[in-house]
Amino acid sequence: MYRYDSYDEAFVRARVAQFRDQVRRRLAGELTEEEFRPHRLMNGLYLQLHAYMLRVAIPYGTLSSRQLRRLAEVADRWDRGYGHFTTRQNIQFNWPRLEDVPDILEALAEVGLHGIQTSGNCIRNITTDAYAGVAADEVADPRPFCELLRQWSSLHPEFSFLPRKFKIAVSASPHDRAAIRAHDIGLRLYRDDAGELAFEVLAGGGLGRTPMIAKTVREHLPARQLLPYVEAILRVYNRFGRRDHKFKSRIKILVHEIGLDAFRAAVEEEYARSLDPEDVELAALELERIEELFAPPPYEELPARDPLHERRLAEEPAFARFARTNLRPHRVPGYAIVDVSLKPVGGIPGDVTSDQMRRLADLADRFSFGELRTTHTQNLALPHVRLRDVHSLWELLEEAGLGTPNIGLVTDIVCCPGLDYCALATARSIPIARALARRFAELDAQERIGPLSIRMSGCINACGQHHIGHIGILGLEKRGEESYQITLGGRPDERTAIGRILGPGFSASEVVDAVEAVLRFYLEGRNGPQETFADFVERVGVETFREVVYAPVRAR
Amino acid sequence: MSLFILTANRLRDGRVVFLTAHGWEESLRTAIVAATEAEQRALEALGAQSVAMCEVVDPYLVEVEVENGVPSPLHYRERIRASGPTVRPDLARRDGIPEDCRVSL
Repeated sequence: MYRYDSYDEAFVRARVAQFRDQVRRRLAGELTEEEFRPHRLMNGLYLQLHAYMLRVAIPYGTLSSRQLRRLAEVADRWDRGYGHFTTRQNIQFNWPRLEDVPDILEALAEVGLHGIQTSGNCIRNITTDAYAGVAADEVADPRPFCELLRQWSSLHPEFSFLPRKFKIAVSASPHDRAAIRAHDIGLRLYRDDAGELAFEVLAGGGLGRTPMIAKTVREHLPARQLLPYVEAILRVYNRFGRRDHKFKSRIKILVHEIGLDAFRAAVEEEYARSLDPEDVELAALELERIEELFAPPPYEELPARDPLHERRLAEEPAFARFARTNLRPHRVPGYAIVDVSLKPVGGIPGDVTSDQMRRLADLADRFSFGELRTTHTQNLALPHVRLRDVHSLWELLEEAGLGTPNIGLVTDIVCCPGLDYCALATARSIPIARALARRFAELDAQERIGPLSIRMSGCINACGQHHIGHIGILGLEKRGEESYQITLGGRPDERTAIGRILGPGFSASEVVDAVEAVLRFYLEGRNGPQETFADFVERVGVETFREVVYAPVRAR
Repeated sequence: MSLFILTANRLRDGRVVFLTAHGWEESLRTAIVAATEAEQRALEALGAQSVAMCEVVDPYLVEVEVENGVPSPLHYRERIRASGPTVRPDLARRDGIPEDCRVSL
């Protein structure tokens, strides 16, 4: 696992000391809120509906047990005993006191964590496939490239005041588990015909008020030239991106307004103009150094199949169910990736208590070389579990209330904090997610429905990524009441698609019935279980759903 | 006639507070209610003063109705803000607004 070197440590500690002084000056009245706000935001500190909120970056979703224990300490000592994992693989604390935040940041810095660039108009946390480095289907570990981007983008003087926030995601598998096409820059790592690593570079994706799918700017970029090319894109955006209108300031609007060809030409021109072979060489050397730090853990040589594991699968239906939903193939024989659902029925999607954090840290030490991953679907994963240990791990997860077998199913709902916490929200999202989870709690029914991603946001900013949910739910205000708009046909995968609005919004008391009507129609009309919900919507069209949903729901 | 109270976040800890005759308090039960435009402007002036003294940030007026002497925000956003997350009753502010004014689903 990558560890901060002395340069990183000194840099983070210096930032903590700076922020401590800024907080002191703010509390003493030497800084106004207008002067202080950019400083607190650049350290991940928001002022939310009920209190301050601190967002802590989990770079590319890789977390050590030591770091998770420290997050549990923060939750207990300075917050209210829990944290919330976000759709960008970060964690948020909802109740820190401003006067405590310097101490919190110092405690986090001791384990290589911080909130730098988790807010503000800068390059945010680089996200990637939660199974990076262990997925059976990936071409190479994308995290060294993520780390290279993290180092390059941290407090980059040229890119600290962009027109708007900027999000980069990297994937290295044919199956996109990082939603790269929904990002400002999406990077797909692959091997070219010569067997060399290369990137497909996409730009101009994003959700929010104006959802757009990223477009391919460069189909083939030699991997070692990643930094100068990304830098060229940022330069073009920084120069031409709109600063006159907040809603039109993301790169997606620039790409849309000037057109892909003109955008690409501007990027290529800047790339050719500024490409310096010495810089490329330096970055390549740094990449080699970083790659060494991502060396795999000391795996045992094991057979691909484990007889004890297979016997238990055959004898214990509850364990077999967990294995069907929460296990992913590992690139090393005899190992598995184990997903840990943070979506228990009745729970808050992405929330985890400090006790659960400590238990998970212990389980990571015992079963997964002390390593965990955060997923962009607000779950966790233990990336290196021996097949023979999966049963023991499952029993302990069950004990901790963390064994819910629902990954990728109807109750694995992605959900922003909504109006229960967020100052920008126009409606609550968590109570709807909970009500949906209760309605579809029955496990056999969940498996019968099959792969399904419900994603929900409490406002148009779309932190819950509702646009790319197979079923998207957007909470809005309508005539002084909460109203919920459903979209269908979205996809979060390598065939990313923006969902289409089903029709007028539903009240809070109707929306769960409406989703049930949608799913009933699917179950009755699909061409067998092999036709997934996403494929069914593609085949029959969104319009078909209207008559089967509105009349029965409104008649109730 | 519209009625308003003044709310803000306390600078030191970010908590939601309301302006009462005894200063900024976490409960809105005793918040000063402005019934006229002049009273509203007076509340806003007090808010600006508190901002200058680094007590609170972002003060603003909230429209309320008053029943049995207790103000309750008209808009669901402000009711949630006054009482805490509706999904965590354990974190709700018991001394906030009356139970029947809370937002339920």
